[in-house]
Amino acid sequence: MQKVLAVFPEKCTACKLCELACSFTKTGEFNPIRSRIRISVLMEDHFYMPMVCMQCHNAPCQAICPTNCIDINRDTGHYFVNHERCIGCRMCIMACPFGVIEYGMEGDIEKCDHCEGSPECVRICPTGALEYREISTTATPTAASFAHKMLEAQKGVQVA
Amino acid sequence: MSLKVQQESFRGGYTGKLLRVNLTSGATQVEPLDQQLARDYVGGRGLFSKILSDEVSPDVDPLSPDNKLIFGTGPLTATAAPTGARWVAVCKSPLTGTIGCANSGGYFGPELKFAGYDALIVEGKAKSPVYLWIKNEQVEIRPAEHVWGKSVHDTEDALKVETDSDAKVACIGPAGENLSRISAIMNDKHRAAGRCGVGAVMGSKNLKAVVARGSLPVRVADGVAFKEAVFAALAKIAAADATASMLPTYGTAGLVNVINAHGLFPTHNFQEGVFDHANDISGEAIREKVLVRNKGCFACSIACGRSSKVSDPEFRGHGEGPEYENSWGLGGTTGVSDLNAVTKANYLCNELGLDPISAGSTIACAMELNQRGLLPKEKLGDLDLTFGSAHGVVEAVKAIAYRQGLGDELAEGSYRFAEKYGHPELSISVKKQELAAYDPRGAKGMGLTYATSNRGACHLKSYTIAPEILGAPEPIDPLTEEGKAQWVKTMQDNVSTVDSTGMCLFITFAMTLEDVVPLLKAATGFDYTLEELVRIGERIWNLERIYNNKADFTRKDDSLPPRLTGEPMPAGAAKGQVVNLEKMLEEWYQLRGWDQEGNPTADKLAELGLAVG
Repeated sequence: MQKVLAVFPEKCTACKLCELACSFTKTGEFNPIRSRIRISVLMEDHFYMPMVCMQCHNAPCQAICPTNCIDINRDTGHYFVNHERCIGCRMCIMACPFGVIEYGMEGDIEKCDHCEGSPECVRICPTGALEYREISTTATPTAASFAHKMLEAQKGVQVA
Repeated sequence: MSLKVQQESFRGGYTGKLLRVNLTSGATQVEPLDQQLARDYVGGRGLFSKILSDEVSPDVDPLSPDNKLIFGTGPLTATAAPTGARWVAVCKSPLTGTIGCANSGGYFGPELKFAGYDALIVEGKAKSPVYLWIKNEQVEIRPAEHVWGKSVHDTEDALKVETDSDAKVACIGPAGENLSRISAIMNDKHRAAGRCGVGAVMGSKNLKAVVARGSLPVRVADGVAFKEAVFAALAKIAAADATASMLPTYGTAGLVNVINAHGLFPTHNFQEGVFDHANDISGEAIREKVLVRNKGCFACSIACGRSSKVSDPEFRGHGEGPEYENSWGLGGTTGVSDLNAVTKANYLCNELGLDPISAGSTIACAMELNQRGLLPKEKLGDLDLTFGSAHGVVEAVKAIAYRQGLGDELAEGSYRFAEKYGHPELSISVKKQELAAYDPRGAKGMGLTYATSNRGACHLKSYTIAPEILGAPEPIDPLTEEGKAQWVKTMQDNVSTVDSTGMCLFITFAMTLEDVVPLLKAATGFDYTLEELVRIGERIWNLERIYNNKADFTRKDDSLPPRLTGEPMPAGAAKGQVVNLEKMLEEWYQLRGWDQEGNPTADKLAELGLAVG
């Protein structure tokens, strides 16, 4: 079954180990600016949001691409950039509503491809803010955590 | 002797470049890092203390343009080595007169490295306030009059607007500008290179901030081995109680109740070792009342940082902390149990750029002078310096940073303050730097730790609390002096190396120095062994000591405040205890291979590859 990168921002501590793991996997070097996943840090609000390709069902990047270079990996079902066809026009960057496609220093479009089914960012994330889950189960942890909140809320409440 | 470096160029871990900026002339230049030096001193505290000791004479006035200020990283900084966030500020300390080194986490250190530099060496003094803007190879000295006087937070916000919103900022607040000897350099708003008065050195150079943005890669020599070592290290951190549970859950302040229960939580300027209201300022209370969420530094899987918020209108604010030492410095030792006030005072220390350990302890010292009627009423002005006064602490922090009223004298630190009023013995400090939150009468190893630390009193250089109180790596009796010299010496050497890697000392709750070997080897390509890393630690310790001895420090400075050696602890688990320092000290000198005056012998120096001169 297809898997998706599930993001749980409430668990993120902004340590950016995911950015290091990603840039190391994709470039062989540590360089957050080359990472396909980025942590948006809203310092004043104590909010840290991992931002990564969401693998949109109707992907604007794919729709806008003039050379059809946003391909689907038939094994994993994920969009990836076919660099042979890419002309580096950057239209996909403009079309992406999340700002998670970047123009790399070597003139390539850089976008998360889920490491072909075994994402390194998920492997290194120490807090569970990133999970690799089967599609249709991405919201399960959120539902479970709400159930626990409900349990807490009902503790000590006498029900007639 | 040290092993010879074979490589022609750095294979990884280092950028191999040092950025030197002279603020007097405005000249900037990039220099190669010497590889032999890198191998022999690793980085961070070791490497840049070596460079400082080569370049800055031990007799310079720390606040003169002749002193230098080095912002240094380690070979693991900016890599995925867990906690690889650390950078150090190295200079001659204006608080102690010793070699000074303060280290910090956050994001600034890695950013400096991503900009292409292992370190920034700042020399001279600018004619008027400036800041440095470093974007890879582009280095500018820019005017900073418009942010001079501003808080750390406002400075960072303003400088990001005029440089790059993703830039990382290290700066001083009003305390550093006003040359307070207990001022910090702050980075990423909430992280502090806190000790040794490094902020004042930055202020003395008219340097308000260093702003960095980098997009260059950091390489490692052996990627496959490095990745394996990273996951092994992460597994160790995830398996140890302190790093997997205590620190993430309660932050460092999880120690408050533990240390208090053992009767060594310094209270009322070390007059007692048990604080009746400790629980009110504990990690548990912080979690319940002010914690918003955990915050990690760069590459850290522990995330002990406390993003916090105070809603109480009297002390409203938000930021990070308080840490254990700050909860104590601004709370326990001042007798303040109002967590909102303690947290607010901590925010103010961060915003104004003060070391909360020294600031809190200096306020507590003034409170004791006041308690004993040794402070003239007219000197106090509006300040309420009585133990337990929440407003007194909050107002005193501001007064110190701005040098207002009595704050002007408190800004010099507790020793100079207490000496001025004729009672230096009431300053709980060593080499004029304030002790941290462990009364050594309840953990004797800490007595030797404080007395012998090369940067003045410091709890981190050999944290014997781990075995003495926390039982790690093995429990030992806290109340005996027996065997402590060996523990202290071993820990000092190991910590010196860890402080030089770019990792945080907190990894030592989960990892041994042996566990660090594969990370350093794979990153640098140097064929390090555990034996060599231990030897490097000892070399660093001796190097710092030689510098201090040349600055006229002798055995008499390896001392403790008379209260801790002469006044028995009045109550609690350590009741009746004093520290018998001399016995431990003599043994420690022997173990170090030094003479009984505290001078490294020629044989020891030769063994460590340290030239006599």
